[in-house]
Amino acid sequence: MPPKTSLLTLRNIVVALLLIALALLPVYAQLAGDRFALTLFTRIVIMALAAVSLNLILGFGGMMSFGHAVYLGIGGYAVGMLAKEGVYSGFVQWPVAILASALFALVIGALSLRTRGVYFIMITLAFAQMAYYIFAGIARYGGDDGLTIYKRSQFIEALNLSDKVQFYYVCLVILFAAIYLVYRLINSRFGMVLQGVRSNEVRMRAIGFATYRYKLTAFVIAGVLCGLSGALLANQADFVSPSVMYWTRSGDLIIMVVLGGMGTVIGPVMGAIALLVLEEVLSGFTEYWQIILGPLLLLVVLFARGGIDGLLATLGERFTLRRPS
Amino acid sequence: MSAPLLEVGHLAKRFGGIVATDDVSFAIPPGELHALIGPNGAGKTTLIAQLSGSIFADSGAIRFAGADITRLPMQKRSHIGLARSFQITSLFLNMSVLDNVALAVQAHAGHSFSFWRNARAEAALREPAREALARVGLADRAERLTASLSHGEHRLLELAMALAGQPRLLLLDEPMAGLGPEESARMVGMLRALKRDYTILLVEHDMEAVFALADRISVLVYGRIIATGSPDEIRGNQQVREAYLGDAETAHA
Repeated sequence: MPPKTSLLTLRNIVVALLLIALALLPVYAQLAGDRFALTLFTRIVIMALAAVSLNLILGFGGMMSFGHAVYLGIGGYAVGMLAKEGVYSGFVQWPVAILASALFALVIGALSLRTRGVYFIMITLAFAQMAYYIFAGIARYGGDDGLTIYKRSQFIEALNLSDKVQFYYVCLVILFAAIYLVYRLINSRFGMVLQGVRSNEVRMRAIGFATYRYKLTAFVIAGVLCGLSGALLANQADFVSPSVMYWTRSGDLIIMVVLGGMGTVIGPVMGAIALLVLEEVLSGFTEYWQIILGPLLLLVVLFARGGIDGLLATLGERFTLRRPS
Repeated sequence: MSAPLLEVGHLAKRFGGIVATDDVSFAIPPGELHALIGPNGAGKTTLIAQLSGSIFADSGAIRFAGADITRLPMQKRSHIGLARSFQITSLFLNMSVLDNVALAVQAHAGHSFSFWRNARAEAALREPAREALARVGLADRAERLTASLSHGEHRLLELAMALAGQPRLLLLDEPMAGLGPEESARMVGMLRALKRDYTILLVEHDMEAVFALADRISVLVYGRIIATGSPDEIRGNQQVREAYLGDAETAHA
């Protein structure tokens, strides 16, 4: 038996601090009067949820979906279209967002999971682009210009999503719940199958797993989580447009997952924070901020395969090794 | 003689103009260790692939325990008790050794739509996996990362995974491939022990191992079985000598 690994590693300390910082962010925003930080981090938390959902299939299941942002649109339009028709209740909007995302994922997954490799990437991309053009063509819901949402989702009297702090905490609680869900999932029998598929799908089938149905289930769960993220995003922006499901947005999600660390539970959260903060800071210097982001990504892919999360783990090991015992 | 566990009748498979399996028939009674030998390119791998279901035959039939499984998909064959080990090591390299075997156990423990309970804490999966590892002598490697094991240990792990499903027939595709003499001897000892409890179809290049272990041997040349018999019969068979052993002599010359 290898020695029990300590819980007090550099990586775990950073993760704990990160989660505490996220939980206390509104307090800082209040004290410092930094309203913008709250807006930025609400967006980060929502995108982190989408990245966590993509990581379930990409990082743990090895399914390279290049159309994951489509669920941001599905969830967002579920909220937006219902609001436009006068239905503001979140008890209707959010379940519809979830169901619509599940249905979409079921159809896309059922067809695309019959292929692999480049074809899988292309089909998921094609479905997302199809949805993009369909929503861009529906005049009643704003078409290309998008749809303004005049009232945020209504739940109970005590909960007001228009209140920035309350909304932030709603998003954060959902993100934490999703992280916990993914954590349980990947360590369950289902998760073992998923990781086995990523590692060696042929062997999985040879030892008796009907891998397709497990992959499809994971695909639907990921779609649902991302659809929820879309519903939050529409609420945050008070607006939804086809551009949220454009393929570059799917690319952003992949970047978050890769940057933060594929196949670790918390990596995508780090990736979302890193990418969006970087975007914010760099775009303050130059509008060509992606010129700096590109090489940075290259460095991560070349030298830190495990992303930020992997880097922290490696640094932590070095640190422990150097310490005299 | 009891009814055969595995019965192959007039199996044929072509790839374009190449006849990979040509009217192959043989039967394995329960308890037998049957070896399949043949020079490179004789179609052994193609035959194993048809038996395990990764490719389907063009014609002919495969019967297992009395049931026709010719068109049964690969994952279902494993459930009726047909376990295959791979010639080229095919493992879950980034998972622990115990995880690998536990997955093989899990494959036979009902569906895996269990989303909440920690699978690594389930005794029903971990205990049989540990037993299978102990059986091949890898108990002390259980917690190691699979990628960190030696090639010989990988071969043993392959075997443990095949055993984990409690199969009725083991399809072993060149278990000695790439093993050094010492590891080979260890594997032969292992197979001799397993032979007592399992029916085995052994595809192997290592002639010494084959003649030491097999109850009966079938010789495959150009997709056809040219002879089936006891090791002594095969050794004395003129056709086999010409087609196969003669081949080896030429190679040595």
